[in-house]
Amino acid sequence: MTTRNRPLSPHLQIYRLPLLALMSITHRITGVGLVVGLLVLAWWLCAAAGGAASFNDAQALLGSFIGRLFLFGWSVALFFHMGHGVRHLLWDCGWGFELDKAYLSARVALVATVVLTLLAWII
Amino acid sequence: MSLRSPIGRARGLGSAKQGLGHHWATIVTAVGLIPLSLWFVISVKGLVGLDYAGFKAWMGQGSHAALMILTVLLVIWHAVLGLAMVIEDYVHCEAKKFAALIAIRLVGALLAVGMTVSILKVAVGG
Repeated sequence: MTTRNRPLSPHLQIYRLPLLALMSITHRITGVGLVVGLLVLAWWLCAAAGGAASFNDAQALLGSFIGRLFLFGWSVALFFHMGHGVRHLLWDCGWGFELDKAYLSARVALVATVVLTLLAWII
Repeated sequence: MSLRSPIGRARGLGSAKQGLGHHWATIVTAVGLIPLSLWFVISVKGLVGLDYAGFKAWMGQGSHAALMILTVLLVIWHAVLGLAMVIEDYVHCEAKKFAALIAIRLVGALLAVGMTVSILKVAVGG
């Protein structure tokens, strides 16, 4: 590269990410996080296939404080990823690229995350 | 002046070199996973407090095992597509990138087979 000494534009350490950028990177982070949930689901199904003893052990671990904290985080990540995923589907349909609509859909996705998480854990 | 069309010049320049089929598969699995994830959350909530016999009886219903297998397979497919995108964006060493892209697909295949067999074993096993 011959451009090494050219001035750099301000990057992640300088910018305060606007909401839309935060939504975007959070979508990616929750997506990777949900893979951890997938691995836990695989472990849980394996434990269930192993019989009553291993299933009960797995249930006890998931029912512990740490287990429930993990399940809560998993549900938040799932609902966020789902809500933001719907925004991606709308964009793929050509809807919502204008700034005001992008902010509107971001807020709707955030509210949906909170509402669905509360519904999943309270009702 | 180049005689190549703008799309012709742009093709193959992204970090993944191609991507329409990838994106389309992501969309199809995402659309399927919206109802399936909601079904999964509601189902798992209903399972809280069940003992092993109760869980086996629940999974033993054909529709539950079928929906669970469908959910698991679509999740794995969607996850492999998403992870591939993340790897293509952030892993710049070609050797590591290809190793990772191969690894996630093989682990995905392993999970697909293992989780399907586990579900079937709970559903119809002795």
